[in-house]
Amino acid sequence: MARPYSLSFPRPGRLWWPVWQRNALVWKKLAWTSILGNLADPLIYMLGLGYGLGALLPAVNGVPYIVFLAAGTVCASTMNTASFEALYSAFSRMHVQKTWEAILNTPARLDDVLFGELMWAATKSLLSGIAILLVMLGLGLIQSPLALAVLPVILLTGLVFAALGLIVNALAPSYDFFMYYFTLAITPMLLLSGVFFPADQLPAALRAVAGQLPLAHAVALARPLLSGELPAAAGGHVLALVATGMGAFWVAAILTRRRLLR
Amino acid sequence: MNRNAAATPLAVTGLRKSYGDQEVVAGLSFAVPPGTCFGLLGPNGAGKTTTLRCCLGLTAPDGGDIRLAGLPVPAQAPEARHRVGVVAQADALDPDFTVAENLLVYGRYFGLPEATIRARIPELLDFAGLAGKADARVPALSGGMKRRLTLARALVNDPDIVFLDEPTTGLDPQARHLIWERLKALLARGKTIVLTTHFMDEAERLCSRLMVIDHGRAVAEGAPRELIRREIEPAVVEVFAESGEAPAVPEWARAHAGLAARVEVVGETAFFYCRDENPLLAALAGAPGLAYVHRAANLEDVFLKLTGRDLRD
Repeated sequence: MARPYSLSFPRPGRLWWPVWQRNALVWKKLAWTSILGNLADPLIYMLGLGYGLGALLPAVNGVPYIVFLAAGTVCASTMNTASFEALYSAFSRMHVQKTWEAILNTPARLDDVLFGELMWAATKSLLSGIAILLVMLGLGLIQSPLALAVLPVILLTGLVFAALGLIVNALAPSYDFFMYYFTLAITPMLLLSGVFFPADQLPAALRAVAGQLPLAHAVALARPLLSGELPAAAGGHVLALVATGMGAFWVAAILTRRRLLR
Repeated sequence: MNRNAAATPLAVTGLRKSYGDQEVVAGLSFAVPPGTCFGLLGPNGAGKTTTLRCCLGLTAPDGGDIRLAGLPVPAQAPEARHRVGVVAQADALDPDFTVAENLLVYGRYFGLPEATIRARIPELLDFAGLAGKADARVPALSGGMKRRLTLARALVNDPDIVFLDEPTTGLDPQARHLIWERLKALLARGKTIVLTTHFMDEAERLCSRLMVIDHGRAVAEGAPRELIRREIEPAVVEVFAESGEAPAVPEWARAHAGLAARVEVVGETAFFYCRDENPLLAALAGAPGLAYVHRAANLEDVFLKLTGRDLRD
C-alpha cells in the first residue's frame, strides 16, 4: 500500500498568512492576560535571582549577575513562549477545537497551517522577548544599541523551539504528554545552556553535549549582543539554529501529515 | 474550467482506501449531477466519512479516480476546494470569536479580500437565520444556531458544491427542519449537495439520488422512491404483544410467516414485509392480545434490509 502522505519538505503557500492572522486575532482579544503571563514569570525569576542571588556573587563573566542572567532570561523566555504556543495552544486548535480540520476543508493545505502556526509561535516569542528587553532597558541593564541585534536572534530561537514543539504536538495523544517534553527536554536545556550560570562550570563531558543544545547557541549569540559585543563564531551558532529549525519543521510536517492526512 | 467538467461537480470511479489490513472503501463509483443532492448512506463505519475525505483530497486514496469541480483529486485538491463548501461532523467554530468574526476569518482561508467577505456577511447571516447575531459569541449560541453558522461558514466562498457530513446529528426536530429547509433553498439556487447521513427521513426528503454503502461497498443506488419500490415489499406490519395473556410473538410470527413475503423477528416484535397485507391483517383481527402498526415501507426498511439489524459500534 502506498503511503498516503508526503515526505517532502513543507512548501507553504500564501495561505499561511490567514492562519497567522487568526491566531493574532485571538491573541489581541486576550493580549493583556497573555502579556502579563509571558512577562511576569521570567521577570520574577530574573529580578529575584538576579538581585537576590546576585548580591552574594562576584561579577560573573565580568558583569554583575543580574546583567548575566538577563541575557539568559531573554532566551529562556523565548524558548518557553514558543514551546508553550506550539504545544498547548496548537494542540487545542488541532485536536480539541478541530480548528485545523476546518481550515483544511478550505484551499489552505496542512503545510500552510503548520507554517502559520510556526510563524505565530515565533511572533509570540518575539513579543515576549521585546517586553523583557524593554524592562531591561528601564532597569538600565542595556547600554549598547547592538542590543537591537538580539531581536533577530529571538525570532530565530522562537522558530527553532516552535518547530521542535510542533514535532511533540504531532505525537501527543493528550495534553499530559507535554509534561514529558518539558521535564525531559526543556528543563534540562534550561539548566545546561548557560542561562543561570556559565556553561563552563559544567563537567567537561556534559559541556560538550550542552554546547550543542539549541538554547546554548541562542545564549551564545544573545549574551554578547546585550553587553554590546559581537558574538564569537556567530556564523556557526546561526547555522546550527537554522539547521535545527528547518530539520525540526520538516519532521514536524511529516509527523503531522501522518496524523491528520491518513 | 471546461463545460464538460462543470457538468459533473463530483465524479468518483473505483475508489479504494485501506487502513492497515482493513479495506474501508472497496471500489466505490458514483457521479453527482449539478444542482442535485446526492446522499451517501450507511451504518457507522461503513466508509462514508473516509469517502468524503478522499473526495476533498484530505487523504490520498489507494486506487481510483476522483474529479471534483472538474479537477483531479488529490493532485489539484486545493484548487478544487475553492469551489467547495464543507460542513463537517464537528462544528469546529472558533469559540473565541463572534459570529461575524468566524465568517471573516474563514473567508480569508479562501484568499478572499477582506472587503468581499465583509460584504457577504449580512447575507450569509440572513440565510442562516442568524441576522442580529453578528456580534454574539459562539459559546452563547444554541446547538442549532452553531450548526447554521457552520453552514453559513461553508458558504462564505459562494461554492458550487456543498459537502455535509451528518449535518443534523444531535439537533432537535425544530433545528433539523430548519437545516433541511435551508438545504432545499441551496438546491433551488442551483448548488450541488453531497450529504452523508444515517437518518433515513433526511435522505428521503433531500436526496434526489442516494447510495447505500456498507463495508466500503455500494449495496444499492437510486432515487429514494425507486429504492423503496425496487428493494422492498410495499407494506410493513409490525406486530407486538399488547397484554400479558397475548400469545408469544415469535411463535405467532413463525406460524403465520406464510402470510408475508418476509418476516423478521427482533426481540418481542415481528416485522412482516408484505406485497398484500390483507390476509395478515385478517389473521391479526382474530388474535386477541396482539397489537400492530400497519404502514407503507420506507427507506429505513430498505436500509435495515440491506445492511442488517446488527449494531455497529
